[in-house]
Amino acid sequence: MRDFLLGKLDASALPHEWHTIAGSISLGLALLAVVGFITYKKRWTWLWKEWLTTVDPKKIGIMYFIVGGLMLLRGGLDAIMLWLQQALAGSGHGYLSAQHFQEIFTAHGNIMVFFVAMALIFGFINYIVPLQIGARDLASPFLNTLGFWLYVAGVIMINMFFFVGGEYAAAGWLAVAPLSGPEFSQGVGMDYWIWSLQISGIGTTLGAINFIMTILRMRAKGMTLLKMPLFTWGSLCSMVMAVSVFPLLTMTIFLLFVDRYFGTHFFTTSGGGNPMMYTNLIWMWGHPEVYIIMLPSFGIFSEVVSTFSRKPVAFYKTAVAGMIGVATISLLVWLHHFFTMGAGADVNSAFGVATMLIGIPTTVLLFNWIGTMYKGRIRFTTPFLWFLGFAIVFAIGGITGILLAIPPVDFQLHNSLFLVAHFHSTAIGGVLFGIFAGLNYWFPKIAGFRLNERIGRYAVWSWIVGFFVAFTPLYILGLMGATRRLDQYDASRGWQPFFVVSLIGGVIIMIGVALQLIQIIASFMQRRDLADTTGDPWDSRNLEWSTPSTPPIYNFAIIPEVTSRDAFWEMKQSPQPKPPYQDIHMPKNTATGIYISAFAFLMGFGFVWHINWLAVVSIIGAIVVVVMRMFDENTEYTIPAAVVEEMEETRAREITSIKAQQKPDHEDMGLVEFATTTLKWALSLVRRKT
Amino acid sequence: MSKQNKESKSIWYILLGLAGSGLFIIILTLLSRGKAIPLLDPKGFIADEQYRLLVVSVAIMVAFAAIVLFFIYFFAWKYRETNEKSSHNPHAGRSRWLLFTAWAAPILVCIVLVSIMLPATQELEPQKPIESDTKQLTIRVIAMRWKWVFLYPDQDVATVNYVQIPVDTPVRFELTADEAPMNGFWIPHLGGMLYAMTEHVNPLNLIAHTTGDYEGGASEINGHGFAGMRFTTRVSSQEAFDTWVKEAQQADELDATAYQQLLQPSEDTPPAVYSSPTNQKIFDTMLKKYAGSHDHYTNTEHTEHHE
Repeated sequence: MRDFLLGKLDASALPHEWHTIAGSISLGLALLAVVGFITYKKRWTWLWKEWLTTVDPKKIGIMYFIVGGLMLLRGGLDAIMLWLQQALAGSGHGYLSAQHFQEIFTAHGNIMVFFVAMALIFGFINYIVPLQIGARDLASPFLNTLGFWLYVAGVIMINMFFFVGGEYAAAGWLAVAPLSGPEFSQGVGMDYWIWSLQISGIGTTLGAINFIMTILRMRAKGMTLLKMPLFTWGSLCSMVMAVSVFPLLTMTIFLLFVDRYFGTHFFTTSGGGNPMMYTNLIWMWGHPEVYIIMLPSFGIFSEVVSTFSRKPVAFYKTAVAGMIGVATISLLVWLHHFFTMGAGADVNSAFGVATMLIGIPTTVLLFNWIGTMYKGRIRFTTPFLWFLGFAIVFAIGGITGILLAIPPVDFQLHNSLFLVAHFHSTAIGGVLFGIFAGLNYWFPKIAGFRLNERIGRYAVWSWIVGFFVAFTPLYILGLMGATRRLDQYDASRGWQPFFVVSLIGGVIIMIGVALQLIQIIASFMQRRDLADTTGDPWDSRNLEWSTPSTPPIYNFAIIPEVTSRDAFWEMKQSPQPKPPYQDIHMPKNTATGIYISAFAFLMGFGFVWHINWLAVVSIIGAIVVVVMRMFDENTEYTIPAAVVEEMEETRAREITSIKAQQKPDHEDMGLVEFATTTLKWALSLVRRKT
Repeated sequence: MSKQNKESKSIWYILLGLAGSGLFIIILTLLSRGKAIPLLDPKGFIADEQYRLLVVSVAIMVAFAAIVLFFIYFFAWKYRETNEKSSHNPHAGRSRWLLFTAWAAPILVCIVLVSIMLPATQELEPQKPIESDTKQLTIRVIAMRWKWVFLYPDQDVATVNYVQIPVDTPVRFELTADEAPMNGFWIPHLGGMLYAMTEHVNPLNLIAHTTGDYEGGASEINGHGFAGMRFTTRVSSQEAFDTWVKEAQQADELDATAYQQLLQPSEDTPPAVYSSPTNQKIFDTMLKKYAGSHDHYTNTEHTEHHE
C-alpha cells in the first residue's frame, strides 16, 4: 500500500546534505519572501489576473525574462562552484565530491541552454516579433501561455531535487547513454533531468509552432516575407528548426525513460541496446539547438548594427539567405560531436565538410555587418559595444569550431578543455552577448525607460575582460591534455595556476553580472529622467518603434501599412494621415495553461518517484482540461473604437506630463552616485522605523 | 568635456587594453614554462601530423579572421558619429564587389581547408595501420569502472592503469569496454582519442618516436571515478620493453577469476602488472558476453586472426 501511494518516496529523500539543505533553505526563504511581500501588498488578484493568466505576448515575454534571468544567476552560481573546485583541486581535494561536482556541471549545462538561453530568446521573440510584423497578438495566444507554463514547470522540476530527492543527474548536460541508463544511474536525479527537459521541451515545440504561424500569417498589410526585419527572420529560421528537431529530443528522452522505467533495451549495453544510437539522436537535436538559440541573436545584431550606424542593412537578401543557409546546414552536421566514435574516415569527412560549409553563411553575415557600418554614422551605445565584444569572441569561437571540424584535429581536442572553451566562446559571444545587446536595445520599449549607459559600459567591459581571463587558460589547458569535467587532477601536471587564472576570470564575469543588475536598479531609480517619451529613443528603423514605450495591450491602435523594408524609417521620412480608429478584437486571459502545466508537473513527479497513480491521474487531468478548453468558444473580447481613442488620448496626456517632469540635462548616474543614493535610501528607511 | 578631449581619452583606453592583453599573455607564458603541453610537443607520428594540421589550419583561419575583424573595428572607429571628417552615405556599402567578396572569400577559405582536411582524414584515420618496417604490437584496452586494463595477447602479459610500448613500433590499441559506460581513450602525446565501448572493438593505431612517460586518461564522462581513471604510457627501447615483458611474465597471474575481481568498480586504482597467458580467452569470453545480444557484431574475424 505504501509503495502504491508513495512509490520510491521516503524520508531519505528529504534534504540531508549541505548543498541540498542550503539550496532548500535559500530557495524556501526566497519563496516565502515573495509570497509574504505579495500578501502584504494585497496583490494576489492583480498578479493572477494581470500576469499569471495573461495571453499578452508582451507580458509573457517579460515573465520569460524574469524566470530566465533568475536561472542565469542560478547557472552562474553553478559555474563559480565548478571553477572554485577546479582551482582548489590542484592542492588537496577541493570541497566537492565527484558526484556533487558532476551534478553541478550537468545542471549548469542544462540550465544555461534550456532554461536561460531558450527562455531569454523566447522572451524577445514574444515581445518583439509581433511588434515588428505589425500584429496585435499571436496566432494562438493560448498555445503561448501553455508553452510558457510548461517551461516554468520544467524550471521547477529541475530545482525540485533540492527539496525532494537530494541528487541531480550526473551524466553531463545531454545525459549520454549508457551512463544515463538504468545500469549506471539508478538515482532519481536522472529522472528529474528527463522530466524537466521533457516538459519544457514540449512547451518549446508548441511555442515554436505558434510563432511560425504568427510570422507567416499575421503580418501587417504589405509586409512581404522579404520586407520582414532581420530579427523576425532569425526568429522564423530558429523556430522552424525548433519544430524540426524538438520532437526528436522528446522521442529520444522518451525512449531513455522507457529504458529506465520499464526495463527495455534501447540504449543499454546489454540486451541488444545501442548506446551509439542515443548519441546520434541526441546530437541530431543538440547541434541544431545551438543554432536555434544563435539565429535570433544574429538577428538582434543585425538590427543593432543597422540602427546605430543609421543605415539600412547592406545586403538584406544575402543576410536572409545566410540565416536560412545556417539553419539548413546545421541539421546535417551532428556527427561532428563524435568523430571519435570510430565511424571511419569517409563518414567523418562528409560531416567535416558539412560543418565547414556552415562557416560560409556565418562569415557572410559578418561581411553584411561590415557593409552596414561602411559610411555610417556610428553611435557607441551599449548595444553596439556588445556587438563589438561579440565580434572578437565569436570569431575565436568560429575559428576553433572549424578547427574541431577537422576530424584528425578533433581526435586530439575532443572532450578536452579546449572544446569547453570553444563552445563557451560561441555561446557567450554569439548567444549571451546578443541577448544583452537586445536587452539594452529594446529595454526602453519593454520598460518605458532606457537603461543606464554608463554602468552598462562597465558591464560590457567586465564581461569581455572576464571572458578572456576565464577562457584563454582553458584553451591552453586543453592543449596541455586536460579533459573536461575533471573534479580532481594530479598536482604534478602543473595545471593549477591556469585553473586559478580561469577562476579569476569567472569572478570578473560575476562582477559584470553584478554591474548589469546595478545597471537595471540604477536605471529604475532614474526612470523618470530616462523615460522614453518618443517611443523611438534610438532613431530606429522597424515597426516596433512606431508604438509608444511601453506599447498598449493591442500593440497598434491602427495597424500600419508597410510599403518597404525599414518600414518605420520610411514612415518617419514621409508621415501619412492617420485613418480613424476601429474596434479591436483581443483574446481573453486564461488559466488553462497553468492547469495543464500543473498536471504535467505532477505527472513528471509521479514518474520520477514511480507513483503510478499520480502519473495516470495527472495525464487524465491534463486531457480533461484540454478538452474543456476546446469547447470554450468565449475566448475573445472587443475593445470598441471609442475606447481605443480614449485610451490613446489618456496615453498621450500621460506622456506629455512625464515629459514635463524630465530634467532637460540629466546625466546617467555612475557607480559612486548609485552607492550614495542607495545608502541614503537605506538610511531613510531605518530612520523612518525608529 | 570637449570632443577633442574625449577622443584622446579613447586612445588611452585602447593603449590600456593592449597593455593589459600583453601583460596577460606574458603571465600565461610564464605560467606554462616547463610544463608539458603535449599537443604542441608531440612524441609520435600521429600526434606530429595532428599538430601540423592544427597549426596550418589555425594560421589560415586567423589570417582570414584578422582581416574581417580589422574591418569591423576599423570601420566602427572610422565612421563614428563624432568623426566629422568621415563621409556619411546611407546607401553606401551595397557594392557588388563587396557582396561578391562576402561570398567568395569564405568559400575560398573553405575550399582550402577542405582540401587540407580530406586527405588528412584518410591518412590519419585511427583504424588505418601505420606503415613501418617493425612488426606491429597489438594491445587490447578494456575500459572498466574506473580503470584501464591492457591485455598483451602476444606477450601473455596484462596491466592495469599502466601501459608500456617499445619506441618506433606501430601499436594497435583495440579499444573496448566491460560493464562500463562509454569511455574515451586518450594519450595526448601520441595522438588523438577514440571511444571505447562495450560490444565493439575500436582499433586505434599509434606510434611513438621518443621514449618517455606520457600521461593518458579517460575523456568521456563515465561516473564517480572519472577523474581518477588515468594511466601512464611508458615508451621505452625495444630491449627495455623485452626485459619488462620477461619480468611481467613472472608476476601474479590475471586469470578469469582475477579478471572478475577487477570488474568490481574501484576508484583511483594503482597501476599493476600481471602475467596473463590466458588473456586471449578472457578477451573473447568478455566480447561474447555482449556479442550474443546483437547480430551485427563485426570485429570477430579480427580477434580470431590473432589466435
